[in-house]
Amino acid sequence: MSQNSPLSAGLADRLPKWLVPNLSGLHIVAIFIALLLIGLLLVPVAQVMIVAFQDPATGAATLQNFVDFFRTSLFRESFWNSFYVSAMSVVFATAIALPLAYITTRFHFSGSILIQSLGFIPLIMPPFVGAVAMQLIFGRNGTVNLIIREKFGFDIPFMDGLNGVILVQSIHYFPFILINLSASLRNIDRSMEEAAQNLGSHGLRLFRRIVFPLAMPGYIAGAALVFIKVFDDLGTPLLLNVNNMLAPQAFLRITSIGISDPMGYVISVILVVFSILSLWASFLFMRGKDYATVQKGGGGMAKRTLKTREKFLAYGAVIFILLLVLSPHIGLLLLSFGTIWSYAPLPDGYTLQNYVTMWESSKTFISNTVLYAGIAATLDVIIGTAIAYIVLRTGIFGRKGLDYLATAALAVPGVVLGIGYLRIFNNFDVPFTGEPMASWWVIIALALMIRRLPYALRACMAALQQVSLALEEAAESLGATKRRSIQKIVIPLMTGGILAGFVTSFATAAVELSATIMLVSSNSDAPLAYGIYLFMQTPSGRGAGAALGIVAVIVVAIGTIASQFIIERDKKLKSPGDSH
Amino acid sequence: MKKAGIIIENVHLSFGQTEVLKGVNLDIKPGEFFAFLGPSGSGKSTLLRAIAGFGPNPKGRILIGGKDVVGLDPWKRNVGMVFQSYALWPHMSVRDNVGFGLRERKLPAAQIKTKVDAALDLVELAHLADRMPNQLSGGQQQRIALARTIVVEPEVLLLDEPLSNLDASLRVQMRRELLRLQRQLGLTTIFVTHDQEEANTTCDRMAVLDGGVIQQIGSPQQLYDTPENLFVANFLGTANILEGTVEIDGDAKRFLTKTGDSLSLPDGSGAVGTNIILRPQNISMSHKKAKNSLPGKVRHSEFLGSQIRYLVAAGGTEIVIDQSHRAGQDWFATGADVHLLANTSTAVVL
Repeated sequence: MSQNSPLSAGLADRLPKWLVPNLSGLHIVAIFIALLLIGLLLVPVAQVMIVAFQDPATGAATLQNFVDFFRTSLFRESFWNSFYVSAMSVVFATAIALPLAYITTRFHFSGSILIQSLGFIPLIMPPFVGAVAMQLIFGRNGTVNLIIREKFGFDIPFMDGLNGVILVQSIHYFPFILINLSASLRNIDRSMEEAAQNLGSHGLRLFRRIVFPLAMPGYIAGAALVFIKVFDDLGTPLLLNVNNMLAPQAFLRITSIGISDPMGYVISVILVVFSILSLWASFLFMRGKDYATVQKGGGGMAKRTLKTREKFLAYGAVIFILLLVLSPHIGLLLLSFGTIWSYAPLPDGYTLQNYVTMWESSKTFISNTVLYAGIAATLDVIIGTAIAYIVLRTGIFGRKGLDYLATAALAVPGVVLGIGYLRIFNNFDVPFTGEPMASWWVIIALALMIRRLPYALRACMAALQQVSLALEEAAESLGATKRRSIQKIVIPLMTGGILAGFVTSFATAAVELSATIMLVSSNSDAPLAYGIYLFMQTPSGRGAGAALGIVAVIVVAIGTIASQFIIERDKKLKSPGDSH
Repeated sequence: MKKAGIIIENVHLSFGQTEVLKGVNLDIKPGEFFAFLGPSGSGKSTLLRAIAGFGPNPKGRILIGGKDVVGLDPWKRNVGMVFQSYALWPHMSVRDNVGFGLRERKLPAAQIKTKVDAALDLVELAHLADRMPNQLSGGQQQRIALARTIVVEPEVLLLDEPLSNLDASLRVQMRRELLRLQRQLGLTTIFVTHDQEEANTTCDRMAVLDGGVIQQIGSPQQLYDTPENLFVANFLGTANILEGTVEIDGDAKRFLTKTGDSLSLPDGSGAVGTNIILRPQNISMSHKKAKNSLPGKVRHSEFLGSQIRYLVAAGGTEIVIDQSHRAGQDWFATGADVHLLANTSTAVVL
């Protein structure tokens, strides 16, 4: 830039060289993004960390807050509860995912497609949305217990306290294990198994000694994700009215006592540390363990045909699991069309009234959601594309740092980001209106943007990796400047991937609750997820809440399908020109 | 180690509707180094896997050491198999990989250690016992896979394209190594390959397969010199095939080509057929016409170092002729009229 302007060039001549670095447009973009990420991610999180280690009165550095935390029995209990719920959710999610993964990858099983498509449905619904419906099906006076009580005279505390959180979370998050474990199992070359059989091994022993260890990296990756997600989740325990866990405690301290109370910050530190620890542990475990062993000409696992008895067993297990997994959706659907549903296996009657009520009272929620998620997703793909280009195609100093910084958002729980934003932006005023920035709706959109950036960035990276460098070089050799070749060649070729990233970011940002619940200052600024939360607080609002939940599920479902469709179409479009 | 023979009787095998093996019969002697040679899709790997017990159960009988193993689970057959991809388990050290089969057989730990060490010594990789498989080169992985298989003292050793993942120079070295080990252990060995040179240089006898059918069985020289059909003739080395008819004139036999030229056949050869097969090195070229020579025209020549390969139009087809090259020797120019003199005493008529 500097060499283009005679004025700065003249100035540059007189100043020492290191003071006027030769910056290109891309350098400036990189610096701008770095500042943005520092301001919107690093500083708020650092602020939270600092406050946790500060004396609230004097501001001096201290560990007293942590001592206080562990001296309070409620917090100790919350800590163990969070840990217990996360660990048990991993156990139950494994119990759901392992048979599904095993059956689909090891046997010729006609239900495989069913599992592969229905198995992922939980992910298109935020867990808190289904929580209330689950209460109605599995709660003390829910469908299942009413039936069991009538037939057998006892009931099962599926949804009591922590059990409820574990059930809802494991049903919701097991696909992370299913996806990773299935991929790992599919990547095991059949010769791995055959070599063991050839040497005298078979059955469960073969599975334990060869197959499962080889699939371990995938399993650990999935399990670590489930653990973090559950540990950080705020919405589900809140909706199930389970407050003695870490995330709800942080939320309650900040919202009821105020943003100067240090306990919310201490909890935030613990949440972040656990997130990083589990990511790090899974990274350590997987280092040097790329077990993808499928060989050229080889196939994945040897598939076996099921015997009739085994077939019944497999179908039985799969149907049972799928019913369980789909129960929040079924429950939500019933609730949204039901009149009154209380102390009964099914709603008393069916009506469309809930949808009418929802529509009348939720227009703002929906339009807010479209606005916030739209801004977040647009910024995500712009920043994602820029970072992808800078990381993959330039030699700018510290470019990897941008990638790490943006990806680091994965390890920051929504609650923590929300608290950080509250703390930081409370000190700034919105231009012109003069109210504190922390209660400005734009902050919600920015929080969503940071939360979804890692996903959009991956999509953009993948898209750029598919655009051969030669295409860009060809444009440059024909006289296009860097800017023109990015504009005319690179970005148009990335469109499919960018669009897919946008859709995913939009759909998931639309139902995000944990960060937004901290930042919503008035109902008129609230997005859809917050609306569902509000509706679900009262028994009379549940029907409309469920209807709004159905809207959320449909939004995410359409988004997921659309992004899959875009990626597939893009692949097809590019494949003929592909040389491999 | 005990040596077991393998007898294969009328083996049929299908994948769904496609029949991959169509009635295979074989008798492999104890201690023999036997090769299955054939193009891809010929059924050679399928046959090998059927012996090891992998894939669908075949019809017919497979006898190992006199015992029918069809329908027996792979882990109940004492058959050692080395996989094309080596299939070393990446989560186990070299020592654990090699010791796996012994642990499955519930041997005491001390005995496992002794046997594993001995096996690693045999493949000369004792110093790599504590490495992980991904720290080994392709050739080393191959030897470990071999050690893992022979340590359990199988009755027969099956090698599925064991050299295909190695680069050319290593392949030559490794096949000598394989032969050395096989001779040392005296194990009945079956070697599957699509590379005739590999089969020729290692095996005692081989079976050439095509389309799920054994085309011919015999020693490499037998198959090369006296192929029983055109497929075998073509698959093993370069073959010139001239079409024509055999004419019998009293005791004398002649082969008449389509172009009306005649080649005399050795007296008393019982050969009848419509094709005569001539190997490129069994034909010589000259500018002068001679008795029994075939007139032709040089179309193309290639200098291959030790040899010059000519393509000559003659007998209604193009004939490949290899002439050994010596320094200072004259070439036959492209377009030159030449006379081909074939050594018909070794020629095969099919």
